[in-house]
Amino acid sequence: MHKPDMSVEVAGIKMRNPVMTASGTFGYGAEFADYLDLESIGAMITKGLSLKPKAGNPTPRIVETPGGMLNAIGLQNVGIDAFIAEKLPYLKNVQTPVVVNLYGNTLEEYGEVASRLDGLPGVAGIEVNISCPNVKQGGIVFGTDPKAAQEVVRLVRKSTTKPMIVKLSPNVTDVVSMAIACAEAGADALSLINTLTGMAIDLDRRRPILANVTGGLSGPAIKPVALRMVWQVAKNVKLPIIGIGGIMNGRDALEFMLAGATAIQVGTASFLDPGAAQRIAREMEQYLTENGIESVSSLIGALNA
Amino acid sequence: MQFKSMVISNVELSPCYFRMRMTAPQDLGTSLPGQFLMLKVTESIDPLLRRPFGLFDVGTFQAEYDETPHTYVEILYKVVGKGTRMLSALHHGDGIDLLAPLGKGFRLGEKGEEKILVGGGVGLAPLYYLAKALVAQGEKVRLFAGGRNRDDILCITEFERLGVETYVATDDGTLGEQGFVTEVLEKHLGAGQRIFACGPMPMLGAVSRMAEAHGVPCQVSLEAYMACGVGACLGCVMPGANHSDQTPDYRCVCKDGPVFDSFELKWS
Repeated sequence: MHKPDMSVEVAGIKMRNPVMTASGTFGYGAEFADYLDLESIGAMITKGLSLKPKAGNPTPRIVETPGGMLNAIGLQNVGIDAFIAEKLPYLKNVQTPVVVNLYGNTLEEYGEVASRLDGLPGVAGIEVNISCPNVKQGGIVFGTDPKAAQEVVRLVRKSTTKPMIVKLSPNVTDVVSMAIACAEAGADALSLINTLTGMAIDLDRRRPILANVTGGLSGPAIKPVALRMVWQVAKNVKLPIIGIGGIMNGRDALEFMLAGATAIQVGTASFLDPGAAQRIAREMEQYLTENGIESVSSLIGALNA
Repeated sequence: MQFKSMVISNVELSPCYFRMRMTAPQDLGTSLPGQFLMLKVTESIDPLLRRPFGLFDVGTFQAEYDETPHTYVEILYKVVGKGTRMLSALHHGDGIDLLAPLGKGFRLGEKGEEKILVGGGVGLAPLYYLAKALVAQGEKVRLFAGGRNRDDILCITEFERLGVETYVATDDGTLGEQGFVTEVLEKHLGAGQRIFACGPMPMLGAVSRMAEAHGVPCQVSLEAYMACGVGACLGCVMPGANHSDQTPDYRCVCKDGPVFDSFELKWS
């Protein structure tokens, strides 16, 4: 049998396979060049950028929990200027689409970062992280309020002609209404889920383990929640979906595609296996070959339910 | 690099402390003292993340079945949680997945200086491979080892066999002098020395202040929680000397370290 067709397209971004690297788990790409072929994966999403460099939180910032980990890095990043000057030139030479994840501390900052990236060669698209507190409005998280999320997405839409992916938070009562709000405001695709808010406690010291007290849970522990949310959103929104949450191997990735995802992101898996993204793409292809499936896109939303 | 390795031996040295030898590719033979490895103890998802360990020793051994020398790496570890408990149950022949060598190692310094090694508890681990490299260069090496009690003082005879002069201090006085290792160290500090230290943060802070006061150059090797070991998760950062909220300067222990010049860091 000939090789299966692994290519997919999300919001006009053509990818050789559905495997993207999740923001914050793959640095700026170069960190992983020793461990995998960057040109073997579908797309890279870089560490979330803000207008100014951000220091992030005090330590401890991470702690392992059963089947997962909590992180409270605090969006530490080099800022947009350093990214363009120091990180992007390297990425331009890699023949894999680069999607830049961005966030703002205020509504206006989202617009500014997006417009700085607009028209930049080497940036295939942007992913908007709406799971951050709105500093000006008392720290209400943009991504948990449909109106606030819509404002952000509308503003970013006006600030860029690049394909725009909006990354949804799972820390909401109704993820479908958030998805609909972002779709109406002009998103080209949705990625979900971001981390689930969690906490770990040191009993003997009677203290929270993370300096930030709470953090975002990721890893295999959150996969069932992510699958459910992808499935719900796919049923109700026409936009392409990128599935994220505890994907460790090719089978996990294909489950997300059955639930309705066009592409997937590998996150925490890259921490324990820096070659995970390439391995997962290979395992997906193997599964298709073994099962006589000709194209990976035929599996999108193909769940019997 | 990432590779599959096999456990050669895994021996309990004193209660809760183990020394494990593993096979490694030939390229690991050029690892620098102070570099570390990340080890995945099980293929299952609990524990999920790798664990970092400083290189205790790197060398070659002769197998029974052929004449070519094979490379090994060794770690020295303390059982503190689920991951290390599972590690302590591994036997000869068990397979594990390694990332190594990672991070920046110790710089050996100038010829003719007296080299002072300071280790606290399991912080002694990376100093043995360092001592070997220094002795091989013909340097005079002294080791100051500290711990809570005699069980925390490991492999002293190995250091002595290299010709290293050793000084021991324990909190309860069950081995060596009673008190902090830094108190013993201070009596022996002077010009023409260079310090290499690894251990708990309060000890490293004390050593680094002492080194500065005596004008002795000092490198410290840090331990930190980390998820990836390759500079991506940003979980293991330490504030640099000029760090502030306005001018953030966080260093990754995994990538910028684990060895730092003591003046590079902010000591609280």
